[in-house]
Order: sequence, then C-alpha cells, then structure tokens
Amino acid sequence: MTLPEVLLAVAWVGVTAYALLGGADFGGGFWDLLAGGARRGAAQRALIEHSIGPVWEANHVWLIFVLVVLWTAFPAVFAAVASTLYVPLTLAAVGIIARGAAFAFRKSVDQVALRRLFGAAFALSSVLTPFFLGTVAGAVASGRVPPGNARGDLVGSWWNPTSRLGGVLAVGVCAWLAAAYLTADAARAGEAGLAERFRRRGLVTGAVVGAVALAGIGVLRADAPALFDGLTGRALPLVVASALAGVASLWLLWRRRFVAVRVTAAVAVAAIVWGWAAGQYPWMLQGQLTIEQAAAGRAVLQAVLGSLLVGALLFLPPLAWLLVLFQRSQQPGGDGRPSARPPEGAVPPGR
Amino acid sequence: MLSAAASPADLFAARSQMALSLGWHIVVACLGVGFPALVMLAEWRGIRTGDPAYRLLARRWARALGVLFAVGAVSGTILSFEMGILWPGLMGTFGEVIGLPFAIEGIAFFVEAIFLGVYLYGWDRLPPRVHLLSGVPILLAGVASAFFVVTANAWMQQPRGFDLVDGKVTNVDPWAAMFNPATPPQTVHMILAAFIVAGFLVAGVYAVALLRGRRDRYHRLGFLLAFTVAAAVVPAQVVVGDWAAHFVATNQPVKLAAMEGVFQTARGVPLHLGGVEVDGELRYAVEIPYGLSLLAHWDPNAEIAGLETVPPADRPPVTVVHLAFQAMVGAGLALLGLGVWFALAWWRRHDLPRSRWFLRAAALSGAAAVLALEAGWVTTEVGRQPWIVWGVMRTSEAVSAAPGLRYGLYLLVVVYTVLTVATVYVLRRLARVPVPQAPQERDVQASPVV
Repeated sequence: MTLPEVLLAVAWVGVTAYALLGGADFGGGFWDLLAGGARRGAAQRALIEHSIGPVWEANHVWLIFVLVVLWTAFPAVFAAVASTLYVPLTLAAVGIIARGAAFAFRKSVDQVALRRLFGAAFALSSVLTPFFLGTVAGAVASGRVPPGNARGDLVGSWWNPTSRLGGVLAVGVCAWLAAAYLTADAARAGEAGLAERFRRRGLVTGAVVGAVALAGIGVLRADAPALFDGLTGRALPLVVASALAGVASLWLLWRRRFVAVRVTAAVAVAAIVWGWAAGQYPWMLQGQLTIEQAAAGRAVLQAVLGSLLVGALLFLPPLAWLLVLFQRSQQPGGDGRPSARPPEGAVPPGR
Repeated sequence: MLSAAASPADLFAARSQMALSLGWHIVVACLGVGFPALVMLAEWRGIRTGDPAYRLLARRWARALGVLFAVGAVSGTILSFEMGILWPGLMGTFGEVIGLPFAIEGIAFFVEAIFLGVYLYGWDRLPPRVHLLSGVPILLAGVASAFFVVTANAWMQQPRGFDLVDGKVTNVDPWAAMFNPATPPQTVHMILAAFIVAGFLVAGVYAVALLRGRRDRYHRLGFLLAFTVAAAVVPAQVVVGDWAAHFVATNQPVKLAAMEGVFQTARGVPLHLGGVEVDGELRYAVEIPYGLSLLAHWDPNAEIAGLETVPPADRPPVTVVHLAFQAMVGAGLALLGLGVWFALAWWRRHDLPRSRWFLRAAALSGAAAVLALEAGWVTTEVGRQPWIVWGVMRTSEAVSAAPGLRYGLYLLVVVYTVLTVATVYVLRRLARVPVPQAPQERDVQASPVV
C-alpha cells in the first residue's frame, strides 16, 4: 500500500463510521417522521431521542473528519467534487443545519406545537440530507465529476440514474440501520411493543433496500459501466459479503437475535462502502484522476497521518467510553425504561 | 449546463455568503470555547460551597450550552462545505498546505463532542468530581480547535511553507505553514476574544434581570461570575491587540494603511478618528497629530507607508476596513472602562457599582463584545482583499466558476435568519423557566456537599 492509499483508506474508515453511526442517526429521524401523531408517536420519539441524543454530535464529526482528510490529502479531488456538486452539497449542508439545530431545539421546548414544528424539521432534514449525500456519491461513482473548478454539469452530474439510486439507497440504508439498532435499544429497555414494531420495520426496510440494490445492478450496468465492471470484478467478494450479511441480518431479525443483528447490519453496510472503493480503484475521479495523481506531497501526507494516529489515541478511547456509557444503563436506579423526559442533565430543575 | 469564469456579482455573492456563515458561526464558536469555562466554574463553586444558586446556574447554563453546541457544530460544518463549494481555487491549490491544522482541529472537535455528550448527559450518572473533570477536555479541546483553525487564517495573511513553481505548489512544509509569523498574535487575540464574548454575553442576560429587579442571589452570582471572567480578560486583550496591530504594521503595511485611512506615505502621521474615503482621501476624520506614528512604532516621526505604495488594484476597500477597525477598538476600550468601574466599586465596597447606569452598560456589554468580534474579523478579512492568500492568490482566482452562486446566498440568508430567530427564542425559553425558591432535591442528591 502506498502512502496516498493509506490516507485514502483512513478517509474511508471515516466514511464507513459516518455511514454506520451518523447514518443510523439520520435513520432515527426517518422513523421519527413516520411515528404518527404527537400522542401515538410519543414513545417511539422518546426512544429515538434517547438513543441518538448523547452521541449524534460525536457521530457527526466523522463527516468533518472525512472532509478535512480529503481536502488535505487529495485537494484536487475535493475542489472538483465540491465545486461541480455545489447544488446537492449546499442542500445537504442546509439539511445538516436543520437536523442538528431542530433536534437540540425540540428537546428544549415544551409546547406541543413547537415540538411538532422542530420535530418535523428534524425528521424531514434527516431524510433529505442522506438523499443528497447519496446523489453526491452517485455522481462521483458514475464518473460525472471532472477535475477542475466546476467543470462538470451542474445538474446532470447529480441528477441521473446512478445518483438517484445512490440517494434512495442512502435513505434506505439509514432507515434500515436505525431500525436494527432501535430494535435492540427498545428490547434492552424492556419495551417489548416498541421492539416488535421496529423489528417489523427492520424486516420490511431490509427487504426493500435489498430489492433496490438488486434493481440497482441493472441501473449501474446501463448508466455507470465502469463502476459496474469494478463491482462485478475486483469488488465482487465484498458485494457478495454485503449481500450475505444483509440476508443474515433479516434472518437474525426474524429470529429476534437483536444484538447479533447490529453486527451483521453494520457488516453489510461497511462491505458495500468498501466495495465501492474497491470497484473504483485506482481512480478517484473515474477515468481522469488516480489516487497517486490526486495525492498531496509526501510531507503533507506524513504529517496528517502522524497527527491522526496520535489523535486517534486521544479520541478513540473516550469515544468508546461514551458509546458504552450510554448503552449500558438507561436510567440509574430506574427500571431501565427510556424516559419520556429529556435526560437529567438537560432538564431544568423546577419543572 | 457548464460554467465559465465567475461574474463579479457571483464573486460578491460568494464573499457575502462566506462572511455571513463565518460571522454567524464565530459568535456561537466563541460561546463554545468560553462558555464551558463558566459552566464549570459555577459547578465547581457549587460543589465547593454547596450553594444551591451555583448548582442551579451550572445546570441552567449546561442546558443552554447543549443548544449552543449543537448550532455551533452544524454551523461549523457548513463552513467546511463552503471551503470547497465557494473557493475551489483556494482549496484545489493550497488545500494541502493549510489542511493539517484542520485535520488536527477535527481531532479536537471529536474530543469536544465526546466529552460534551458525557458532560451533558452524565450529570446524574457520574460522581460530582468525575463529572466536573469530564468538562475539562471540553475546555481544552475548545481552546485547541480555536488555535488550529485560526492558524489557517493566519496563513492566509502570512503564507509560508511552500514553493510556487509555474503556478504549481511544491515543497510543502505543513508545519511551517501552520506556525507562520501571524499565528501567535492572531490565535492569542482570538482565544481571549472567545472568553470575553462568552462572559459578556452571559453577563448581559443577568444584568437585564438585575435591572428588572430580580436581585436574588441566583441572578447576582450569575452576573458576577460571567462578568468577572470577561472583565479580567479585557486588559490582557488590549495588550494583545496592540501586539496584533504592530504585527500588521510591520508585515501587512497596506492593510494598516487601510485600517488607518493613510493614502500617502509620510512621517509623523496623525491618528484619524472616524472618516470615510472620498476620491482617494479620507474626509470628515478627527485628527490626533502624530498619533498613528506613535502608536504603530512608538516614535512620533516614524514613517507610515500609505496605500499609494501598491497599485490601485491591490488596495483593500478603505472605508469598511477603517471604520471596522475603529469600531473594534472603541468597543474594546469601552468594555475596558466598564471593567475598571466594576473593579473600583468592588475594591472599595465589595459590591456592584450603585449606579443603575452600570447595569445598563453591562446589559449592552454582550452586544459590544460581539460588535468588537465581528468588526475585528471584518478588519482582518476585508483588509486582506483583494488577496485570498496575501500577495499570492486573488480572491477572484479562488472563487468557484459555477454560475448562480447568488442563489446559494439567498437560500442561506433565509436559513440563517430562521436559525437566529429559533436559537434566540429557545435560549430565552430556557432562561425563563421559573426559578425555584428552594434547592431541588434532585440537585442535592446529584451533587452532595463535599
């Protein structure tokens, strides 16, 4: 592995983490959207809020991580992608603002009307943001981003069959991951009814995402032949692994093995993320710019890699602690139910 | 639809969008850096003294901190998008030169977000001391990210650490780029500003409450704690600001000329208060003889380079930079005076100044601090024009060639308007929840007296 490839792999670890962790947070918003009226959906929304509240900001940082590694190690690619795809990226950025802000705002108000308003903003942006990020992935994967300053088609580059497939798959994967994770959260919290509901949703979304992915093979063959060749060639083992892990997840969900599902669901998504990278190797911009050509100078790559390695020692242990701390116990001394109230630190005394 | 070079209207739209996004984010970012210190101070006093007012303050502030952090995180994210969306010429050419501090800032941001989650949600899950300690990384990481991100801006003022050969960047030394000559004054100036802005913004809220007659211990302590922190930092900021101005005088003389409205190179240059540029000269200014030469070089006859030293195409707009700089200095000195007033009263009587005018002024101190912050950034950034990288790359060369950038600006004006209204509304709601008269049982259980 060359130094540029190592840096790309580091960025791809970030993409994977963002897809698995940030994706599930977006999926939480998807289910929030479909949870129904304020009264009927209250329990589901409380579970979703409880699951993503302490972690979404840390999960969100993976996106920033990916962006800065990309622009430092592969500046030409970053400039080309961001300028050609400025429409979907602007919309995704607006969605990111709306999602995070509305989520924090909703927790901080108690009038039903306002909670509805912020909740709707949170939920809608949780669906639109992954869609637009998915179209960006589709644009890059189908080779529609040429190098240079906004040289690509400003609409066609991200509004085409592969991009639309990417957008729909991104939303579906987020929803599916969230359903799988939330099933386990609800089961652990002793909410059998909620667990059952998310299990059903997981089964349905899993089947739908699988079907879309299968149909997507045809789309890619017609619209992105280079990617199709890569996915059916070098990346085939990863694609197969993803499909197998997906099927296994459905089976485990069916058998109510909720903890195991989390693992297989993550494997299925991670495998396809890496499958894309393998299918496109060695190109960063399909047919125009390779990893080696796009890479920054050696001194930069070394400095960034060294800093990230030292940094990883600093943040990975606390990150694991955070994820474990809020997985382990729902309420100290309580009955383990997720609370309908916001968590303690966020409750004004005297309410 | 393919794109040609950017039109002047689109360049202006891109600059406006960046200014709007940065100008919005920087206020929240200051609170993100400075506010945790206030929350932890209150929590620490609460643990030490058992005073329920401190505990209540800490809890309240932590809730506001959670909201501010969320909007800070997302409004910061859009900036990293905009670096590429708006300025692909900068990032494509120099991304590798300035990328390192952003990568390190990303690590700091991880640490901040992780411990914020622990701090906000772990209040009742962790022993009081452990909980207080879990706030320390937030504070350190906040200061660190402010440092690293400002080094990138400092590099745009003093580009170092690369060679340009036929327009291609080679021989990059990212450490030399990061630790460029402008890094020390700019980073220190910004980090101090963060504590000042956070302190006065919080103090202003409590000054209003005190003015309205809510003179209980809770409101008094809220005011005293935040105001003291901010007022204590201001004198240091005046010294650091002087250092930063001297740095500009030596290293970016054209920017200094714009800041002070000096068109002709001369000795014994007066200090101009106010004034606007009309036909290549500064009009309607009050002059203090020899003032500028004295301030910039400690010598009444020192020579000050004028704007004439560079061709007109290389000069920043004078009126905006000049007035912004004076607004910053004026607001900063006013805050210094307010702090001195407070210090004298405290020294003599161990109490706030008796005059209601003190509280009225303190109520405006947050606005004054934000004015100084924004005006300072306008001075730095508009004063750097027409360069995006001082002397190396013009802003017009860096901007995206995509047409219709102005529509992005329109969209973001709407987004930021809504975001501002919602943020202020939510923060006011959080502040307005009635204050209980007795300590809450939950507080006592959560943080027993030690």
